[in-house]
Amino acid sequence: MSVAGINVLVEETREAQRRAAEPLLDVSGVSAFYGSVAALREVDLSVRAGEIVTLIGANGAGKSTLMMTIFGTPQARSGRITFEGRDITRMPTHEIARLGLAQSPEGRRVFPRMSVQENLQMGAALHGGRHFGEDLETVCALFPRLKERLGQRAGTMSGGEQQMLAIARALMSRPRLLLLDEPSLGLAPLVVKGIFSAIRELNRAQGMTIFLVEQNAYHALKLAHRGYVLVNGRITMSGEARALLDDPAVKAAYLEGGAGGHAVSTGEEAS
Amino acid sequence: MGEANAVRGSSTAAILGDAALWALATLGLCIPIVSYRTDLSQTSALDLTPRWGLVAAFCAAAFALRVAQRLWLARREARRSAAVLPKGTDGRVAVARRRPSLGVPLFVGFALAMPLVATLATGSLGASRYWIDLGILILTYVMLGWGLNIVVGLAGLLDLGYVAFYAVGAYSYALLSTTFGLSFWVCLPLAGLFAGLWGILLGFPVLRLRGDYLAIVTLAFGEIIRLVLINWTDLTNGSAGIDSIPRATFFGIPFTAGEDGFAKTFGLSFDAMHRIVFLYYLILALALLTNLVTLRLRRLPIGRAWEALREDEIACRSLGIDTTVTKLTAFALGAMFGGFAGSFFAVRQGFVSPESFNFLESAIILAIVVLGGMGSQVGVAIAAVAMVGGPELLRNLGFLKSVFGEGFDPNEYRLLLFGLAMVAMMVWRPRGLVSQRTPSATLGQRKAISGAFVREGHG
Repeated sequence: MSVAGINVLVEETREAQRRAAEPLLDVSGVSAFYGSVAALREVDLSVRAGEIVTLIGANGAGKSTLMMTIFGTPQARSGRITFEGRDITRMPTHEIARLGLAQSPEGRRVFPRMSVQENLQMGAALHGGRHFGEDLETVCALFPRLKERLGQRAGTMSGGEQQMLAIARALMSRPRLLLLDEPSLGLAPLVVKGIFSAIRELNRAQGMTIFLVEQNAYHALKLAHRGYVLVNGRITMSGEARALLDDPAVKAAYLEGGAGGHAVSTGEEAS
Repeated sequence: MGEANAVRGSSTAAILGDAALWALATLGLCIPIVSYRTDLSQTSALDLTPRWGLVAAFCAAAFALRVAQRLWLARREARRSAAVLPKGTDGRVAVARRRPSLGVPLFVGFALAMPLVATLATGSLGASRYWIDLGILILTYVMLGWGLNIVVGLAGLLDLGYVAFYAVGAYSYALLSTTFGLSFWVCLPLAGLFAGLWGILLGFPVLRLRGDYLAIVTLAFGEIIRLVLINWTDLTNGSAGIDSIPRATFFGIPFTAGEDGFAKTFGLSFDAMHRIVFLYYLILALALLTNLVTLRLRRLPIGRAWEALREDEIACRSLGIDTTVTKLTAFALGAMFGGFAGSFFAVRQGFVSPESFNFLESAIILAIVVLGGMGSQVGVAIAAVAMVGGPELLRNLGFLKSVFGEGFDPNEYRLLLFGLAMVAMMVWRPRGLVSQRTPSATLGQRKAISGAFVREGHG
């Protein structure tokens, strides 16, 4: 806790100097339940414009639940979620999407029987396809593979290509915040590398703000500016990604192929 | 070798000339075999019945088939050479125009010519009644299938109570015309409107349901409508039904032998078949309307939203699509076409009773959609022909008597054979007759991808 606490302090001051602006996405005190089982407890988290923020954690820590809660399914039982200062805690999912949040959901969820182009058109549905051609150029420049496969059925593509499509589809709505849920899931290391470099490119070249949920802690922390660690539905650590990468607790739990979230969780649950 | 030649010379004149040759060959074959029917008369003399109409039909069919084949070959060739060209030469992205397909015009052409062909083949308009009636029946199911296809095939909402909307449409026309004396053309849109409203009414409570649960609720809905029709005797006359519903008129001109009837107005001799032929074209027009609207909608955002909804509801919502509106429009539109078909049913029969709208009807319509390959318009049409026409054809299994003896009644085994055919279908073509789905928008060339490439449950 002490290391993390210092990290938070350092982070706070640095951030305050860098940007006085309000965070783009702010999650404060959010709890969510599946029936009576708590999935998220008093989660606090924020994402500022232009950042890549990552949320890491073991299986079942509640990473995807947090992602879904931001998107309104399930809705948070308590706490408050704001996007650009607007309260979105009780908003239906499709209205949240209309505010400028886009998501590449866990397991990609591309439309398997529809062509790649149709998938992208669905992504652009919010704008009625007004800048479709232009945006198609942009995402095809980011993922040249998709351009070759525009007419192909999405379900017949490889996992990596489907992941590219899921990200591209989310980008088609011209979001101000992009949520990515485990883009490395089930992909070969080389493919993961490609996708992560595309994410970095997206942030650098287009200034896209990205909130990345990942199990692959090493890659995610390498990529991100800041990171949060989620254990059993609680945020146990947060700070600069580089600092987290060097943190012994994080190292032991997530980076050296140890016993999952064990080391971190015991330390935190006791406090 | 011959095929290669045929492909190379693909000008219109060459194709027509070649097809004419085929027609001539068919004529040559037909003269000894088909042109005269021989019967032994009472006096053991040989009676010759000329069947030149049938010969003409055969020749026309040969001609049409050859033209179709040549066009198909030419298209395939063109597509191959297009594939060789570098794609997207200038690197710009543009949405390609829709390439017209061949099978559809052929299908529509046959449907348009059907009464004529039937008349020529059977010898007279009166004798072709059976075939034209069968055509009407098939087209009614084609239309119902296309209507349900919006709900099941496109939006992926399993609806087992579709017949309810058919019933609403039928009773709308029956009640409006017998009570207020409204004409068919006024009642038709009203019936569609009422059925659409019922579609929305059903849609609201089932918005959160999918799959099995939705199926059960819609099944119950279908039964509820039928039970209301039986028990609300004051309005619907219960299970006795409503009879003497006004017949169809030719846009106000009745099909009667009288002075202001259809035949006199157009200077024809009166024939009861005029009304039947008119009904045939009416249902054909209605079915084509359903098809056109569906095809059009499929390329609009709402149609694409339906398909996306079928694929993944959660992904849909996170892309900003209001799934409530999307589902309700699918229910309403599907129901509306069911309502149109229902009012056609009422005007054709002149009598409606709740017995016409039992669960079996829903099951047949659903089977047509599933057999056709969910979402495929052509597949649905073919499946309707097979599902409705198939059992009719099986009536004529008289030759089996020679195998199983005189006591064998093929009619009794009709449904058994039909069931076997369905099982065979499910084994060999589990994704339906047309399991390909053509994208509604493409870049450059259009590719349809077989469902076999996508894992089960996703294709």
